[in-house]
Amino acid sequence: MRELAEQAVAAALGVGAGDAEAYAGETTRREVRAHGGKVESLGAATQRGLGLRAWIEGRVGYAYGTDLSGAGVAEIAARAAEAARAADPDEFAVPPSAGGEPPALDGLSDPGLAEWPTDRVAELALAVERAAVGHDDRVRGVEQAVYVDSADRVAIASSSGAGGEYEASSCYAYTQALASGDAGRETGLGFGIGRGPGGLDPAAIGREAAERATAMIGSGKPASRACPVLLDATVAASFAGLLGNALGADAVQRGRSPLASLLGERVAADAFVLRDDGLDPDGLASAPIDAEGVPRRRTPLVEAGTLRTFLHDTYTARRAGAASTGNAGRSGYRAPPSVAASNLIVAPGELELDGLLGEAGDGVYVTDVAGLHAGVNPVTGVFSVGASGRAIRAGELAEPLREFTIASDLVSMLRSVRATGATPRWVPFGASVSTPPLLVGEMTVAGS
Amino acid sequence: MSGELLDRSVAERVIARALVHGGEFAEVFAERRGGLTMAIDESRIESVQSGAEQGAGVRVVSGGTTYFAHVDGLDPADLERAADEAAAALRGERAEPRPLRALESAPLPIERRPEQVPAARKAELLRELDERGRGEGAEVFQLRASYAEGRREVTVANSEGLFAGDDRTRVRIGVQAVARRGDRVETGAETLGAHRGYELLEDEPGEIARGAARKALTLLDAVPAPAGSMPVVVGGGFGGVLFHEMTGHGLEADHVQKDASVYAGRLGDQVAPPLLTAYDDGRLAGEWGSDGIDDEGTPTQKTEVIAEGRLTSFLYDRLTAGRDGVASTGNGRRESFRHLPIPRMTNTYIAPGEARPEEMIAEVGSGFYAVSFGGGQVDPATGDFVFGVSEGYLIEDGRVTAPCRGATLIGNCLDALAAIDAVGDDFWMKTGICGKGGQRVPVGTGQGHVRIAAMTVGGTEV
Repeated sequence: MRELAEQAVAAALGVGAGDAEAYAGETTRREVRAHGGKVESLGAATQRGLGLRAWIEGRVGYAYGTDLSGAGVAEIAARAAEAARAADPDEFAVPPSAGGEPPALDGLSDPGLAEWPTDRVAELALAVERAAVGHDDRVRGVEQAVYVDSADRVAIASSSGAGGEYEASSCYAYTQALASGDAGRETGLGFGIGRGPGGLDPAAIGREAAERATAMIGSGKPASRACPVLLDATVAASFAGLLGNALGADAVQRGRSPLASLLGERVAADAFVLRDDGLDPDGLASAPIDAEGVPRRRTPLVEAGTLRTFLHDTYTARRAGAASTGNAGRSGYRAPPSVAASNLIVAPGELELDGLLGEAGDGVYVTDVAGLHAGVNPVTGVFSVGASGRAIRAGELAEPLREFTIASDLVSMLRSVRATGATPRWVPFGASVSTPPLLVGEMTVAGS
Repeated sequence: MSGELLDRSVAERVIARALVHGGEFAEVFAERRGGLTMAIDESRIESVQSGAEQGAGVRVVSGGTTYFAHVDGLDPADLERAADEAAAALRGERAEPRPLRALESAPLPIERRPEQVPAARKAELLRELDERGRGEGAEVFQLRASYAEGRREVTVANSEGLFAGDDRTRVRIGVQAVARRGDRVETGAETLGAHRGYELLEDEPGEIARGAARKALTLLDAVPAPAGSMPVVVGGGFGGVLFHEMTGHGLEADHVQKDASVYAGRLGDQVAPPLLTAYDDGRLAGEWGSDGIDDEGTPTQKTEVIAEGRLTSFLYDRLTAGRDGVASTGNGRRESFRHLPIPRMTNTYIAPGEARPEEMIAEVGSGFYAVSFGGGQVDPATGDFVFGVSEGYLIEDGRVTAPCRGATLIGNCLDALAAIDAVGDDFWMKTGICGKGGQRVPVGTGQGHVRIAAMTVGGTEV
């Protein structure tokens, strides 16, 4: 892989690029979908690809492909150079510089993955379904129980010396349980993630789906009002992911982040402490290097309610006169790197669920949100998203609620955080986030 | 058809090999895909990206289980390797495929191949969008415009003798404008796309830049959106995403057959008032969600899904059609050769009605006018849906008044469908990208103005 990346860099320099960077990726992925006690589909494949950035006098272009023969790599190099020539020059567009020795990280790959042949992981998916259906009579079935694992190899090389290589594995399983209520069906999601299938608990995944689905039976709409809102860890993680996007320096520099003018300012209540951690082996985005070969690191983002820094890659760092925070991310070889959070970690507080409910008094416990891609304005941070959950009355969970929205804006929400829970959870929805539940002092709830 | 992707004799050999350990059905799907994207941001051309991939996916269906493998590359040896991998878990007796016979189907016509238009010309187009958008007002302080072209040549062959191909070219541009006045920042976005060539962009592409900028500027005067239940008039075009989420997904046969759709068991039922008729149509000339064939080789078709309020058809791929003993409706789609086909919408729309849009609004005392959406989401099993409104206004005394920011519409499919009380006589289509099961495909949505007697608007003004 490393050789392939180096060969691609040489090819790009050979067709006129002043600098070049190559990302070679190989992914071996398995996917099992189960339903009704049977395996519905089973797939396995390995794919390899190459993405190449070329710089020509301040212009940058990108090309990718899967033909990794000598001729194929030469063609990708030619297309990258051609793409660069179509761009306008940008004084900040420079290749990454080698940022010192990448840290040694253990625990990114599960060596046990090979001990799980396909029929064994298929059995795991079936076990998830059985656990969901067996947990409660009111669960009539699942839409699907899904297991996916992947083993990735990544190599990055560049003409400026930044680069490296690593291997990592990950897996997840989830199911959507279907429960019968008086007025129709209810659904509930259960999921688990890990480095390998040995780290998944199929019984817990099935149980979570069943509990979430049956909890919604008999739900109604809440009255429209402003009130305390307790976000469970999965929902809090979705909002943390949005916050991660707003912290990207690219959005900030282009005037498209609600945090753009708030560096060094108070953006959150003291209870809310956030860092980006590219080195925590439990975080699936961890790696020795980021997507352009710069070492990953830990970066405090919000402390004592104050916004400490934005997330930088090479481009935004140069533009801001700062150093890269090792936050170049990419979704494989098909996309060039851009600023992204690695693992976002919200520091846990002291209260368990009972304590958080007591602190809320009267309000709404939100266990699921929908429509984030459409209901959040990433530029202003204003949001209104669909939600479901439970009423909170006198510090206790009360009737289930559905078909309502919660609305606020990101910064108002963070400033209104009253407490964080004691038990964090890793959630992979959109971003890699570890967070406990968050109690927000006030949000607008719109229902009946 | 693009026969050069996959030779008939190679296809026959791959299918035979996939069935070597048995199976009721085997298929090879070969694809060559490539594209170019570029953008202008801060008035600078950037993000120029070019990609090219080819490969194939092979599936074998046996006893209700689908075995799937895919490979990069289209060498016969690669394809046979994929067939071996797909068949590896099977233990049965060899099954015999039928000989292939070519299906006559014509790809949608492309007048001007985008890859033959010089990159400089596309850059010029983006500069024009930038200028037009910024020209709408000094308060427009950021603008990003993007251009994307993509081509997918596909060939599909299966053990039932089908051998078909398609050649699909799509072009799309999008503009996002950001406007600022003091501390207020607002955004506006517009897109234009089609299953067509560069000819799409040869008349008035600047209009979408002006549209995006005007939306952002309008919102600078916006008031917070109301919260609560009220009459809602939904705009045409991308307003059709409402029907896409509220009904379209629930009609996809995979959800229905697992009883994970509120429409399961309701075929023939009156699910909407008689003024509502709706279609899924993968043949609409030049539309974003159209193709010559679907990704299983079934010719695309126009399917009436709701006739005068009565539910008339679900949307099927081959597997789900086989289970219901009906023919595929040509809705078996996949993101690429690396994915399995599943039932998906193509272009879904509510047919024009008889109401005049201005009267539909005038008849509402006070309510909400949702002109366009950022997108939506539904849980087909519960029917709960949500839409983010990207451009919305208050209706007061039957007149459209203040623009609103931060609104969401939320409801349940069957309630909302039954509450539609007017369908406008205007009609147009818009483009969308729909995600399901981790696969993203281009879809068209359309309608004229549609009014819903009561729906929950989720804003911040209680």
